[in-house]
Amino acid sequence: MNFLPVPPEYIPVLIVAIPLFGAFLTPIISRINGKVRNIFAISILGITGFLVFWLSTEIFTNNMIYTYVFGGDSNVIGSGNSAYAIRILFEVDSFGIFMAIIAIIVAFIGTLYSYSYMKKETGLDKYYTLILLMTAGMMGMLLTGDLFNFFVFLEITGISSAALVAFWIDKKYAVEAGFKYIIISAIGALFVLLAIALLYGQYNALNMSVLANTITNFNLIDQIILILLFSALAMKAGIVPMHMWLPDAYGRAPASISIMLVGATLSSLYAVFRVIFTLYGKVFLSVSIQTLEFVTTANILGGFIVLLAVLTMLVGVIMALKQNNLKRLIAFAALAEIGYMILGLGIRLAAKSVIYDTEGTAISILNPAYTQAALTGSIFHILNDALDVGLLFLVAGAIYYATKETSLDRMGGLARNMKYTTIFFLIGLFAMSGMPPLNGFASKIIIYESAYQLSPLVSIIAILSSIMLLACFVKVFHSAFLGPKQPHLKNVKEVPKTMLVAMGLIAILIIIIGLFPNLVIENAVKPTVDAILNNTAYISAIIGGA
Amino acid sequence: MFDLEFFRINTGSGYWDPILWIFAFIIILVIVYVIRNLGKKDFKKSGEKSKVFLSGNPEYDKEQMHIKGSNLYWGFTESMKWLYDILNRFHTGNVSDYVLWFVVVMAALFIVMTISGGI
Repeated sequence: MNFLPVPPEYIPVLIVAIPLFGAFLTPIISRINGKVRNIFAISILGITGFLVFWLSTEIFTNNMIYTYVFGGDSNVIGSGNSAYAIRILFEVDSFGIFMAIIAIIVAFIGTLYSYSYMKKETGLDKYYTLILLMTAGMMGMLLTGDLFNFFVFLEITGISSAALVAFWIDKKYAVEAGFKYIIISAIGALFVLLAIALLYGQYNALNMSVLANTITNFNLIDQIILILLFSALAMKAGIVPMHMWLPDAYGRAPASISIMLVGATLSSLYAVFRVIFTLYGKVFLSVSIQTLEFVTTANILGGFIVLLAVLTMLVGVIMALKQNNLKRLIAFAALAEIGYMILGLGIRLAAKSVIYDTEGTAISILNPAYTQAALTGSIFHILNDALDVGLLFLVAGAIYYATKETSLDRMGGLARNMKYTTIFFLIGLFAMSGMPPLNGFASKIIIYESAYQLSPLVSIIAILSSIMLLACFVKVFHSAFLGPKQPHLKNVKEVPKTMLVAMGLIAILIIIIGLFPNLVIENAVKPTVDAILNNTAYISAIIGGA
Repeated sequence: MFDLEFFRINTGSGYWDPILWIFAFIIILVIVYVIRNLGKKDFKKSGEKSKVFLSGNPEYDKEQMHIKGSNLYWGFTESMKWLYDILNRFHTGNVSDYVLWFVVVMAALFIVMTISGGI
């Protein structure tokens, strides 16, 4: 039912246009009053969030794909065999909107938290402008159906994120982290651009549906493009061994930005999934016997991704365990969580197999059922990770706000003065470590079981990583919250209400998803997995029967 | 009708039901509470038996007795020093090295593609 004052097909573009417009208005509104500006930024993200949720109910319920074409009514120019999809367009399927929900939740919560957290800072007109720009960038990355357009939004997100990482310009490490982030971001984006240029040179197209329909024989150029796209996007997603920028950026940015950086990182991870399953869907998803030659490629690439996932989990937790800077510890733990997400992707590709008849002739290609479960676990974990990591970053921010301390060695006894923050930390701790009955466990158990069917060793490493994550956060809980009040922290007070509300909102979501995981899986995760595995629908939405 | 399936997720070889887990957890808590109450009731917290004994060393102020973050898991990090030495060598903090790893992964992917018969 549409009760909105605009036709529903305009919603995708409004989701990007509203924060973008808000970003340009923020410096002007800032002239009126700081409080008005803060409320304006929160309202803009609230409206965007409302539109995202409205669109998501439409897409999930009706299993449809929304498109918005810039400068035209039709997806294509011309007709019949001479129809070309050359217009820039947004194409929103279940996968795109699922990720948009995550991005808008972290953006909204981060901005709400900023209201009190950043109150004493100067230059907040730029801060809120950059937050809205970053949100517009993330939304654009997730909703666009055009590759060059994707690159533009990738750059918008990268530049605004780097500026926000270095927002505390008087702190040398923040500036250094921002510098590193912009270098990594620019190099990643340039390789994405190189891949797009190669695609355009090869296929005369930039539309993802057209390209997905065209990339069928996986020739040399296709493979080089896949390598460029995967490497660049995996670096932006923080996959080991290209992760080193991540603890720097997450650890040095204001906590309200760290939670948004989680959204930006996951947007890059979304692009990795999109490239493999949509752009190269006819290579990696096909079970047609004509694609027999690609099975080995899928298996080896899948094995490589599983290896990266295992390394990401292990390096993340092992490095987290020895950190004494709270935010850096959470950043390494967040890194380990990324490993769980790409594990599902790797399992899907690695387990693809060929069925032979008694004479040894290949008769069909099979994707075992557990690979779909692995992907379901991964996608569900993307949502859970954003919430769990986000909550822990906000708690770290609350501790910094109250104590001005970042080192665990300088903390102790905070639970005596910061009761609500302690409760939120415990919720984040249990959720992130995959402890039942919270949300992290629900997604991890699906990943453990499907990984076990691929290789018990992978499953054991995944479980071990979760146990080590628990150990990391038990260390934080003991050294920061338990024990006697430290002499220099005697006058510490609980953080302001808006910060508590922001943390409380995430904590409530974590509990609800933890108690009713099936509700989320059936209504959001499964349609998302279906959309990922059905690239034909994505193609057909633009160019008709593919 | 109360639908159990509403709460459950099928994990492939089994299911996960958080509500059932909470019920089980509450029952275990009750059992623990009952067992705890079976303990001696005449224990008094005051007196010599509740004093801290540190192998004959003097007891410091409570604030000084808090175990700091860097002291926790000392045994683990010390015994895994060889691994941390390797990992620390990779985490140089130098952005040129960060980019180097990007090139390494790209090269590894080229090799993977070559092995798989693609390139």
